Amino acid sequence: MKAKKGDWVNVYNIVLKPEERAPQVPDDTKKVPLETWVKGFIQHDAEIGDNVEIVTMTGRKVTGKLVEVNPSYTHSFGNTVPEVFKIGLQLREILFGGEDHE
Amino acid sequence: MNKDMSYSGVMSRRNEIMKKAVGIDYQRFEDTGIAFDYEKMMRETGYSLEEMKKIQGATGVGNTPLLELKNLTNLARKLAGKGKGARIFIKDEAANPSGSFKARRAANAVYHAKKNGYKGVIAATSGNYGAAVASQAAIHGLKCIIVQECYDSKGKGQPEIIEKARKCEAYGAEVVQLTVGPELFYTFLTLLEETGYFNASLYTPFGIAGVETLGYELCMQMREKEGRDPDVVVCTNAGGGNLTGTARGIIKAGADNTLIVGASVNLKGLHMASDEQFNKKSFTTGHTGFGMPFATWPDRSDVPRSAARPLRYMDRYVTVNQGEVFYMTEALAQLEGLERGPAGNTSLAAAFSLAQELDEDKIIIAQETEYTGAGKHIQPQLSFARENGIEIKFGDPREEIPGENIILPEHPRLIKAIDLDLDKIRRSYIKNCLQINNIKELSSNDLQFLAVETKTDLEFVKRVVEELKS
Repeated sequence: MKAKKGDWVNVYNIVLKPEERAPQVPDDTKKVPLETWVKGFIQHDAEIGDNVEIVTMTGRKVTGKLVEVNPSYTHSFGNTVPEVFKIGLQLREILFGGEDHE
Repeated sequence: MNKDMSYSGVMSRRNEIMKKAVGIDYQRFEDTGIAFDYEKMMRETGYSLEEMKKIQGATGVGNTPLLELKNLTNLARKLAGKGKGARIFIKDEAANPSGSFKARRAANAVYHAKKNGYKGVIAATSGNYGAAVASQAAIHGLKCIIVQECYDSKGKGQPEIIEKARKCEAYGAEVVQLTVGPELFYTFLTLLEETGYFNASLYTPFGIAGVETLGYELCMQMREKEGRDPDVVVCTNAGGGNLTGTARGIIKAGADNTLIVGASVNLKGLHMASDEQFNKKSFTTGHTGFGMPFATWPDRSDVPRSAARPLRYMDRYVTVNQGEVFYMTEALAQLEGLERGPAGNTSLAAAFSLAQELDEDKIIIAQETEYTGAGKHIQPQLSFARENGIEIKFGDPREEIPGENIILPEHPRLIKAIDLDLDKIRRSYIKNCLQINNIKELSSNDLQFLAVETKTDLEFVKRVVEELKS
């Protein structure tokens, strides 16, 4: 995928390699690098995986590996967990149902 | 001159960077030994209550509704013994501009940054505070960077945190996202150094004092409504700022007999800096993973002396389980018509249980709510848990094991706030204080300081110190 100059993109960097991680970090976290992502407008045409320069919302120039063009919000309300609806039914039954409500 | 940008290089400049970025010389408040003058710090670097009300009011922060939860009160009374079941109220902090009480903290910090000529503000937070700072920065025309711990090493993000990033971006902020690890602080320092922006830390006197208006306001509202002070106020506790600020406001209102209860979601057994466990938790804030370490050592924060010191104010500290908080979140929607974010309902879950211990004529307040939306809602948070192999079922919440299952109470009578041993937590704090300061002999000033820090007395502190020696 290609990015054109001026596109809104997401770039990636490794902040610390596994061997550079802080001593207090748990073992499972020490096995992996500390990674970072930041978004901004790309300053030149590029392809995914290229090292690119962006300008962020605060005007900072950041270089990093281009990983996403036009990054979008995809979080949602997830797959419905139907148990949730049973909570309401039960509560209304306890509070308004039965003898107390007749 | 090229600065040393290595991890150790940047960390060694920590104090110098912080001094520039916060503008407080914390050394001024240090005594010899372990003590420091907390009240002097709050007085000389914070703002007065009147100033804060004005600052916050100018940006539409505060004056949120205090709502009586009549159906939940009736439910609690059905479950409680005869004559028991205090009236439950909630402070609807979701009504603040950025959707949570954090707007109060941010309003002060960003106002202070603007007044002192900073061009921008930075905050390290994966919570609602990010959006709060971004919103205030937008109002004051300052630039804003929010640094978030968001993903595990597989690039999988917590939906709750991703939503919070979106909200920050909606206010025009730059969001720097990271994988799991406390070295986020390193990135945070490099950004402060690079930009010269203000560190809108959660733990400065500005931030904490900003919450005082919440405690003050809820007392005034209660007096207006009922002609009296609340008997109990329950505060969700993580870093300690919410509880500290609220309690200070309650004290400033003169409500001396109001009991302050901290409540955290029980995440026992999950390590907060673990890559593998990061997505096994279903709450990203308001939990014991922050609550316990910050209570037992508040100065672990991103400033030399944290203004959030919950042990000074806490009368009780309780935990509730993830399943119980989700259940109460649904109860709030279905019985009170208020759809709010789960994490903010931690104090409500605890209040619902504690109300049943109190007589009917008592009043208990859950002091916050937060906004809800995609990612940050009972459905996506439970759905995310299920995708990550967490079992979700109805049962007895006491059997919940964080990281393995979420147990929704099969009946509301099973919702129980569980007391933590506050004296044990106080002992841990004293132990940490001695160890970290590497001090064996305490002056009378130090002993007095520890008594105030732990809301105990000299006798208690002396006994603990003796026990620690043996």
